[in-house]
Amino acid sequence: MTGYLALSYWDLAAASIFLVLNAVFSLLLNLGLTRTLIVSALRMTVQLLLVGLILKAIFFAGSLWWTLLAAAVMSVFAGREIWARQDRRLKGLWGPGLGAGAMLIAGMLVTVYALVGQIRPDPVWAPQFALPLFGMILGNTMTGVSLGLDTLHSALARGSRAVEAQLLLGRTKWEATRPLVRQALRSGFTPIINAMAATGVVSLPGMMTGQILSGVDPQEAVKYQLLIMFLLGGATGLGVLAATFGSVWRLTDNRHRLRLDRLSGGSA
Amino acid sequence: MLTIRDLKTPLIGPFDLDLAPGAATAVSGPSGAGKSLFLRAIADLDENAGSVVLNGVSRASLSAPDWRRKVAYVPAESGWWSERVEDHFQDTPGLGALLAAVGLENALGWEIARLSTGERQRLALVRALQLAPQVLLLDEPTSALDPPSVQQVETLLAARLHSGCAMLLVTHDPGQPDRFGARRLHMEHGKFTDLEPREAMS
Repeated sequence: MTGYLALSYWDLAAASIFLVLNAVFSLLLNLGLTRTLIVSALRMTVQLLLVGLILKAIFFAGSLWWTLLAAAVMSVFAGREIWARQDRRLKGLWGPGLGAGAMLIAGMLVTVYALVGQIRPDPVWAPQFALPLFGMILGNTMTGVSLGLDTLHSALARGSRAVEAQLLLGRTKWEATRPLVRQALRSGFTPIINAMAATGVVSLPGMMTGQILSGVDPQEAVKYQLLIMFLLGGATGLGVLAATFGSVWRLTDNRHRLRLDRLSGGSA
Repeated sequence: MLTIRDLKTPLIGPFDLDLAPGAATAVSGPSGAGKSLFLRAIADLDENAGSVVLNGVSRASLSAPDWRRKVAYVPAESGWWSERVEDHFQDTPGLGALLAAVGLENALGWEIARLSTGERQRLALVRALQLAPQVLLLDEPTSALDPPSVQQVETLLAARLHSGCAMLLVTHDPGQPDRFGARRLHMEHGKFTDLEPREAMS
């Protein structure tokens, strides 16, 4: 941590000056963006300051239960986000449950594996390591799962006739939905694949940038980033697979029928 | 051959109906009467209760895909899952003859998007007939066809009847039931009603 340079709150205020300038331009040009811009910026400031306080308290307490509670709160927010990002959702408890469940199982599996196997902090659940790691994995899995489910549900609703045509020719529900499942999986995997392809060439990943700014040797920062990317890719893949196949299972039945009555209507 | 007892869904029924081999049954009725839902229920495509037995074999004892290969339902508008026509057909020896029988012997190389509604309707029928089903459930099989094509399709279906198929068809064409020598049924509000055939066709 030799190269770490602390920031004061005055530095932050000074850094926000360009954002304020943008708001002024928007006002002058009558773009109607001023309000959203200011509200978003203020909201972000409050959220991050709070998170900083909470994390500091949790790190200081060093309690397993507070760490788990924080992880649970993060999971609830991520689960809600998956639900909100789907145009058509499974009805009943399946709606919030399936996406969040798939994300949680994949996220926890990969987080625990990395903590126990590679990062090995002491104790193994140390919040300084567990929470940021879990948060990154959760965030990426959340994006993948919500994209996968949203694509699958829209494709099924739009392509129900094609699926039923195949069912009528004596194909199983898995055969009949295969093209749509492939489409959903591809859409869920795309962000993480794109991130892996662009990382280091187009953008320096945020975590690596942060480590370098706080004085870590770039090669060490790269190792950490690679570890994280592998974990993110793995967790996203598992989550998308589980959610997509789980949803196909729910939207069909054992008589190989398409059960769109278990799907809510879309907005369009 | 096909014995339907107490077949119902939340929207239609209960129905009792017997289909004999080589015989056709025609169902008419206003739009929304539940004719298509009835055919879907027999094909087990919608949730339903009741018993359907084919030649002594109960539907429940067969897997749904096996059942639908024996009891084929062709909806009024079929779905297509690939861009090319040929992707929707199995490469069986009889395919060429079937396509020729409906005047579409060259259709395999075409694109689905460029087909007319009538061409799609005939191709969907051929696709189902390829499975050599024992029972045909046809939902307005000639609704989008011009008179020569109607005749081709009816000739093809009559041949299937002669070879022992049972046929249940929904039709709005007043002459069609007679051309198949079909027994006539009328449906309204999800139930069969006893109307004179002439009124039933109105």
